[in-house]
Amino acid sequence: MMNKLALAAAALSILGLSAMPAAADGTLKLAYVDPLSGGGASIGQLGLNQLKFIAEKVNAKGGVNGEKLEIVPFDNQVNPQKSLVQVQKAIDQGIQIIVQGNGSSVGVAIEDFLRKYNERNPGKSVVYLNYAAIDPILTNEKCSYWHFAWDAAVNIKLEALTNYLKNQKDVKKVYLIDQDYSFGHSVADTTVKMLKEKRPDIKIVGNEFHPLVKVTDFSPYIAKIKASGADTVITGNWGQDFALLIKAAGDAGLKVKWYTFYAGGAGGPTAVKQAGLAGQVFQITEGINNIDYKPAQEVIRAYMKAYPKEPVYYPRLFNLTGMLFKAIEEAKSDDPAKFAPKLEGMKYKTFSSGDEGFMRASDHQFFQPLYISTLEPVDTKKEFDEENTGWGWKQVAQIPVKDTITQTTCKMKRPG
Amino acid sequence: MSDAAHPLAITAALSGRKTFFTYGVWIVAAIILAALPHIFSSGLALTTMSLMGIMIVFALSYNMLLGQTGLLSFGHAVYFGLGGFLTVHAMNMVEGNAIPLPLFAFPLIGGLVGLLFGVIFGAVSTRRAGTAFAMITLGIGELVASSALILRHAFGGEAGITTDRTNLVHLFGISFGPQIQVYYLIAAWALVSTAAMYALTRTPFGRICNAVRDNPERARFIGYNTQTVRFMAFSFSGLFAGIAGGLAAINFELMSSAQLGLTQSGAVVVMTFIGGVGEFAGPIIGAILITYLQVTLSDVTDAWELYFGLLFIATVMFVPEGIAGLLAKQRPLIAARQLHRVLPYYALALIPGLVALCGFCLLVEMAYQLTVHASDGPAMSFFHIPFSAAGLAPWAVAAALFAGGLWLFRRAARMSADVYGDALAVARKRRNAA
Amino acid sequence: MFEIVFISTLNGILYGMLLFLMASGLTVIFSMMGVLNFAHAGFYMLGAFFGFEISRRIGFWPGLVIAPVLVGLIGMMVERYGLRRVHRHGHVAELLFTFGLTYVIQQGVEMVWGKLPVDYKVPPSLDFSAFTVFSTNYPAFKLFELLISIAIFLALLLVVKRSRIGLVVQAALDHPEMVARLGHDVDRIFMLVFGVGTGLAAIAGVIAGPALVTQSNMAGLLGPILFVVVVVGGLGSLGGAFIASLLIGLLQTFAVASNMSLADLFGGLDPGGTAAVYFGDIWSVTVAQVAPIMPYLLLVLILIFRPRGLMGTRET
Repeated sequence: MMNKLALAAAALSILGLSAMPAAADGTLKLAYVDPLSGGGASIGQLGLNQLKFIAEKVNAKGGVNGEKLEIVPFDNQVNPQKSLVQVQKAIDQGIQIIVQGNGSSVGVAIEDFLRKYNERNPGKSVVYLNYAAIDPILTNEKCSYWHFAWDAAVNIKLEALTNYLKNQKDVKKVYLIDQDYSFGHSVADTTVKMLKEKRPDIKIVGNEFHPLVKVTDFSPYIAKIKASGADTVITGNWGQDFALLIKAAGDAGLKVKWYTFYAGGAGGPTAVKQAGLAGQVFQITEGINNIDYKPAQEVIRAYMKAYPKEPVYYPRLFNLTGMLFKAIEEAKSDDPAKFAPKLEGMKYKTFSSGDEGFMRASDHQFFQPLYISTLEPVDTKKEFDEENTGWGWKQVAQIPVKDTITQTTCKMKRPG
Repeated sequence: MSDAAHPLAITAALSGRKTFFTYGVWIVAAIILAALPHIFSSGLALTTMSLMGIMIVFALSYNMLLGQTGLLSFGHAVYFGLGGFLTVHAMNMVEGNAIPLPLFAFPLIGGLVGLLFGVIFGAVSTRRAGTAFAMITLGIGELVASSALILRHAFGGEAGITTDRTNLVHLFGISFGPQIQVYYLIAAWALVSTAAMYALTRTPFGRICNAVRDNPERARFIGYNTQTVRFMAFSFSGLFAGIAGGLAAINFELMSSAQLGLTQSGAVVVMTFIGGVGEFAGPIIGAILITYLQVTLSDVTDAWELYFGLLFIATVMFVPEGIAGLLAKQRPLIAARQLHRVLPYYALALIPGLVALCGFCLLVEMAYQLTVHASDGPAMSFFHIPFSAAGLAPWAVAAALFAGGLWLFRRAARMSADVYGDALAVARKRRNAA
Repeated sequence: MFEIVFISTLNGILYGMLLFLMASGLTVIFSMMGVLNFAHAGFYMLGAFFGFEISRRIGFWPGLVIAPVLVGLIGMMVERYGLRRVHRHGHVAELLFTFGLTYVIQQGVEMVWGKLPVDYKVPPSLDFSAFTVFSTNYPAFKLFELLISIAIFLALLLVVKRSRIGLVVQAALDHPEMVARLGHDVDRIFMLVFGVGTGLAAIAGVIAGPALVTQSNMAGLLGPILFVVVVVGGLGSLGGAFIASLLIGLLQTFAVASNMSLADLFGGLDPGGTAAVYFGDIWSVTVAQVAPIMPYLLLVLILIFRPRGLMGTRET
């Protein structure tokens, strides 16, 4: 019996199940936990490519604090439980920095897991750097010392957007359509509240929810929007729910302005172009490729040489890594317990425009200038287009940092 | 699971041996479960083994439907998920009110919830069998999964509901903070549940389930209401799925709507079927194997879903009785001491089989490198051997390995089948003589 | 009011016919072979991608013919070398075989076309607005969808009910030995049926591809809605599937137009206490919110109360 067990143990350790020694000598390892197979893989792969590109650049310049940067991908299929297994795997390999973005469900799972892990395993801190999960819960009710967020949370984006809409006198009747789950509801509720404060004269003529990725035909929804007489639609829809919605609008000839969170997501620009809605679809992001700022333009061109089919999707990944490297170099250590305090309150010139943003210490949320942009035909020789459509994002407005600040309810528990 | 399938039990007429097979198996299992964390002690290994324990209970509960009663369900994750959600709620409620309920008891709450919903949904779905039943479960699965997203307060919305298992009453100073303590909790529950489910198959009720599966008309004829039997099997199955859900809730300290969706329901179908629906141990083997593959395969290759699909198709086409069924076929040979005759032939088939598999994986990986990973260039490595996927030579080698291996494998497999047939005939003759 | 009813009816019919277009192949295979083809959405996706690839090289119209033929041939190969082997293990094994096939098709498509959506466009000859009612445009492509859908329905009806082939095929499911003894090759009949079914799925893909989003996860995102159509319509009934498609299309469209919720119906009777916290959501959910999951409710109800489906000839 014992022999067989020993044999099985040997076999399993070859397959990689048993403990791997923490090998951190001379390398700085980042675990990238995001979807790399299945439905969400298209966006997960974009982030990974960008991180690999950043690693190459940094290593060519001698690494971070003398250490070589290595990106270790872990496929989580946007499943919270699976993500926790992957995070455990990363920790077993001695990795102390987890980068994740897609899906607030995963974000909350990792944040909660690491809070408990760091509590139960003092001295072996692991930090979670979040580049895309934007449920406000992450930096409010559930906020954690070991979590840092680089994308603007839903309420911050809406604070910025409503501050912009405040001065748009042609906006009179607004229709909200969102996916029926927590993210869609927080978009809708926050918008209603903020518009009421800033522009009480605007009428909310509809506040619609539809089940997540279950709708094939959006024409009945478009008919409702049309019947309501709305001139502006605000939506948090992403993926297929955005593409089909915008195509149905194009088909029916609905003439409204669309303010969106994820029109720039994979497949979004293609759908907007197919719908023929030039200059009518807006998005709010922390940066676009067509901003006249030399350093960013150069990096984007270099990136597109390496990955010709994809423009830079996540300017914030540059902010995230840039600030991480700065913190590690200031702390002269890649131990999260040492460099996390350096990240708190750090001021940083953002990738897209060089304007300054800051990491708020009270909730670990990065504040940065936000951009409202619209998709329209561009001169592809000089400017960047999206998904080879010949259409690209053009800046409509920059929302300065001071117009994006929101309150936080975070009561952060600090270690020690 | 009739007695005829246990020739060992018959040939070994010695009562002592029989007792060993009734109780000894469970004692050995308990010892192995206790020893495992000392062999595999890394955090990941503990997490993986905990996950396996959960999935074993889940897959066994599923096989009460598919294997034992012949009901194909596409919505089994509903009971797993609802059991888990209520467990998390219960944990959070107890935490605030200082009710002295130790963590150990909580999977039972999950089980009762699973049972409750098994009774509710079972009452409507088990009125039919066959494809109609499969479709009802699919519909209920979709309904529950969609409702879970809409009922944001009860199901915690996208983020799900989190809890802290260490905040409960600590019995004997066990906090359940470290994963190893959770592993032992799961192992104990898995062992007890497995034993209970096995015992259930040996009761008259278990036999009637088999009858309803094999020949519903005859079962009706001898006076059983097939609908009631299906309903009871469904309810019990919900109970154990709920226990598995409760264990998952404790393990992850988190429950989210992904746990009751179609993907989870599909995963349990795959596990159970690959393991083998005809044997009690089948789902156990399937749960261990598939969980292991799920945890590790995605690190090794990006094409894991393709391998997964092909593995499943191959099982359905060539080994519909599953891995356990394949093993069970050797039982009469072992009993008649004929196994040594066939083993060399199995080895003979295995070697070219592995070569063909290698060649096939190489083909897939190279194709992946050139298509999905086109931006990384054609340079790649396979089993630590670096080469370029753009060259002709690797393709020729891979194709040769695959084709040659397959050809030899098929010849060897045919030979093994012949030898197996002979050995089986000998085994039968001996048994009849005895 | 009239405007909403009129537009909803129109939208409902258009959506219903799109559903029938997508489900027709599934119905054919289900009713003639008794196999519930889980990989149907996969073949539909293959059709869309083949259509995309052909349309950007030669044009949309050749694609509408060539893509379904290619996919049909693939379907026949799958039947010949896969499904036929599994057939003797019964319907559960067949179902599981097609379940595994979905993974393989999805991965195959990802390997060739990647994970991002492709730009599959409506052909220029159909890219105009056909008519305008109440200031809502209806693109010509939607009418084209409708026409093809009805044409497929009529053609299938003719073949199944009025032709010798149809009779033989139907007989082959129930009495394969008898049919074989009459000199028909039952295996070949099943192979052809599977080819036709998957070909029809591909036609739906070629047409729905430009209208929806052509992406490697489109099969998965379609979900089990097509099973609802087929099962609600009834096993072995093309007419049933046709009516079920219309019914689901109209049900969903009208539900979207309604803003009723339980709170509206029982205004004053708000449940109080803790129940309100957890089930307050159910109280305020509007009919419109749950419109897209109504078909699944319909499926469960139909199977419980009328298991043979709307027009089915026998129980499943």
